[in-house]
Amino acid sequence: MRSRRDFIRISGLGAGGLAISASGLGVYKNLASSPPQGSELSVDTTRTPTYCEICFWKCAGWVYKNEEGKIWKVIGNDEDQHSNGRFCPRGTGGPGMYYDEDRLKTPLIRTEERGKQVFREASWEEALDYIAEKIKGIAEEHGPECTALLTHGSGGKYFGNLLKAFGSASIAAPSYAQCRGPREVAYHMTFGEGVGSPERTDIRDTKCLVLIGSHLGENMHNGQVQEMSDAIDKGASIITVDPRYSIAASKSKYWLPIKPATDIALLMAWIHVIINEEWYDKEYVEKYTYGFDQLKAHVQHMTPEWAYGITTLEPDLIRKSAKEMANAAPAVIIHPGRHVVWYGDDTQRSRAMAILNALLGSWGRRGGFYNPEKVSIPSWPHPPYPVPGRTWKDAYPDQYNLAYETLASGICDATIPTLSKACNFKAWIVNGTNLIKTIPDTEKTLQAIQELELMVVIDTMPMAITGWADVVLPECTYLERYDTIRDSTHRKPAIALRMPAAEPMYNTKPAYWMAKELANRLGLGEYFSWNTIEEMLDWQLKQVGSSLEEMQRIGVKTFDRTYDDLYFQKDQDMEFYTNTGKIELYSTALAAEGFDPMPKYTAHEEPPPGFYRLNYGRAPSHTFGRTANNALLKDLMEENTAWINPKVAGEWGIENGQYIWLENQDGIRSSFPIRARVTERIRWDSVYMVHGFGHTNKKLSRAYGKGASDSELITKVHLDPIMGGTAMRGNFVTFKFEPKEEEAAS
Amino acid sequence: MRYAMAIDTKKCVGCSDCVVACQTENNVPIGYCRDWVVEVTDGTYPQLEIEIRSERCNHCDNSPCVRCCPTGASHYEDGGIVLVTPNECIGCGACITSCPYDARYPHPDGYVDKCTFCIHRIKKGLEPACVSACPTKCMYFGDLDDPNSPVSEILKVRKYKTLIPEAGTGPQVYYLI
Repeated sequence: MRSRRDFIRISGLGAGGLAISASGLGVYKNLASSPPQGSELSVDTTRTPTYCEICFWKCAGWVYKNEEGKIWKVIGNDEDQHSNGRFCPRGTGGPGMYYDEDRLKTPLIRTEERGKQVFREASWEEALDYIAEKIKGIAEEHGPECTALLTHGSGGKYFGNLLKAFGSASIAAPSYAQCRGPREVAYHMTFGEGVGSPERTDIRDTKCLVLIGSHLGENMHNGQVQEMSDAIDKGASIITVDPRYSIAASKSKYWLPIKPATDIALLMAWIHVIINEEWYDKEYVEKYTYGFDQLKAHVQHMTPEWAYGITTLEPDLIRKSAKEMANAAPAVIIHPGRHVVWYGDDTQRSRAMAILNALLGSWGRRGGFYNPEKVSIPSWPHPPYPVPGRTWKDAYPDQYNLAYETLASGICDATIPTLSKACNFKAWIVNGTNLIKTIPDTEKTLQAIQELELMVVIDTMPMAITGWADVVLPECTYLERYDTIRDSTHRKPAIALRMPAAEPMYNTKPAYWMAKELANRLGLGEYFSWNTIEEMLDWQLKQVGSSLEEMQRIGVKTFDRTYDDLYFQKDQDMEFYTNTGKIELYSTALAAEGFDPMPKYTAHEEPPPGFYRLNYGRAPSHTFGRTANNALLKDLMEENTAWINPKVAGEWGIENGQYIWLENQDGIRSSFPIRARVTERIRWDSVYMVHGFGHTNKKLSRAYGKGASDSELITKVHLDPIMGGTAMRGNFVTFKFEPKEEEAAS
Repeated sequence: MRYAMAIDTKKCVGCSDCVVACQTENNVPIGYCRDWVVEVTDGTYPQLEIEIRSERCNHCDNSPCVRCCPTGASHYEDGGIVLVTPNECIGCGACITSCPYDARYPHPDGYVDKCTFCIHRIKKGLEPACVSACPTKCMYFGDLDDPNSPVSEILKVRKYKTLIPEAGTGPQVYYLI
């Protein structure tokens, strides 16, 4: 029952003279009237550095302005290892986010008018006072631990600082339990270190790139796509395992059109072949690994013929592709992937991939995985954080002990009161993540939201989550603000600066300002004791041998490596951060927790007759659902399609381009119709769609009702018992030719 | 001097960055584009092939659009670049009909618009926006009369084709296959 909290469509934004500039994309129009044809565009050479916030790759670049001083284009910074001076379409389309006239424009507070819940526009003063008072009251009654932060994006660090100062350690990014978590745990279990971001894959110099369901090129992880292209140039081979003929598959020497949900069987058969044919790196395995004999015994029955019966892949193809990897070793990468929460045994599948890398000796080797390095930027001095009495983990005694980060879904579940959950959350601060689409099982997320006494949402756009907030704080876009220094790992340690290219449009503010203002109101000002953001950034930069002035000029600064080499040296003695100090083929940590120390194939549920496995992925022009309303990117792809094999379409009488509805195994029908894409590129047992469409908030004027949302069809979630990942690929859909009755009636 | 472009279909992933880079660089109005991406799938599961091509005006040697333009707005610039002079264009659309590549569109401001090979950038020694932005570096640009230009170098070592050669227009965008 959603009795207490109604969804509110944000309306009337910017009314009341709050809009400073409502030019929207008119800038493009105005400029177009003085066309550049034949004549030179008058280029304003002033440029300001930024790093992109359209996705998590955080490419560094330059923002250029036109002669009117308005933001014109964003171009990669040549010094940047993430982008090498070349942005992807989303980054190039960054100005579309800045000029989006549907942006959140002023703070909003939920209120009741004549029995109806509405948002009223508020001043920053009022909105922040309101939050501070509520949050103090909740802390007095339930403890500060009952406030959680759910965040994705750069501003999160400031709210993280605020929350820790306040006394809560429940800070979660959905990018862990809803995305790359299983991979990180698996690599920790195997190599004692995670894969990180950007991934430490040495694709540039690889001779063989193996992609397990990873669709590089469609997921525009910029640096990796660039390096894949470099590798193709240098003659590297690609092996792709995917039930769909992806773009990467089309560039591959071997495409393995696997039956969905059977990847572990293939991986174990590859391990079997590589061990039994003695194609593994004997010296490396001998010197660095633990548990080879157990592994060898474990895989003896897992022959390609055994895998054939499970995966439908010809044994000969399994052997040939294994040989291809072995020939390339150690310059081979079994790519760890990124969004890996598929079937619930995802840590184990990631482990199988990690084990293959270990057998082929690619970890720490050129063309395999390099040792990344980063610059450690000290935090602005602040008093020690109070120690929270409870954290999210207390809601899950003896569970997920191997999860290194907080589970966003765990916080969500623990918000719903049950006797077994010791830590109920009463307040959420949600920064830059649309939990309605991010966390599967929307009904459950909404149930949790109903239990909250306060939900604050910080975003740039009226995403669905804002409609459930008590207070909405409009953040300015990345093109209008300073942010934390980017200090991510790479081949060389490097830093990048984001600074405002323009004043914030409308009545919007940067995250650091909001966090500091809230801290002041909560009596935590000493945790944000800098006067201006420039003062803090300059101090931080000076600690690592740069300055704000220098970074404003160069945008990216790359440093020499200090502590080790990019690759293991020949015969180098290595100690890995595992229990045994070795690369663990047999995981002692998993065994200690009562899990399989070596991966096993388990059969997953299959689609019932008339249903097809729902598979989803990315398009290069969009990031999740957050770019769907960007005018420049919407032009490239304004709706998603349901990919259906022609045989299946024939059985159903579905024609290419026809609008249909998808309905899942639990009777959930898509809110909007989706266009059928009848294509040979998809297996007959699956339906594929790009994630991030089917927006239900009318205030996203370009995105509303365009395409269907995979998230709403993912109602069955398989939890990874090892680390709590929420697996989303165990859902099945069938085809309907009309909306649900109540929707048709409304 | 003969400007030309070569595009590697083996490296292109069809991300459309070239399209957005062109739109922002040249202020192409929302809803229109000077370049676009074509994806062609052949075969039946699992014996499949995809060819991806970033397409645009071919800046033909023998351009029907220039020949049919009643006002002379469509013309050749140095290096064979085909351009439209907006204030000479009456928006009749004859060029749009004559182009076998469908490379031209009617600009909302009343003239016909299309790819310029970013002549304003070339004059400054820069590459066209699409070429300089492409994450896969699948595009090569330069002077075919200069044997050391990137486009000449790549055409020496790779197999290539042009689009609709039978139209006899002498297209100058080459696709590496």
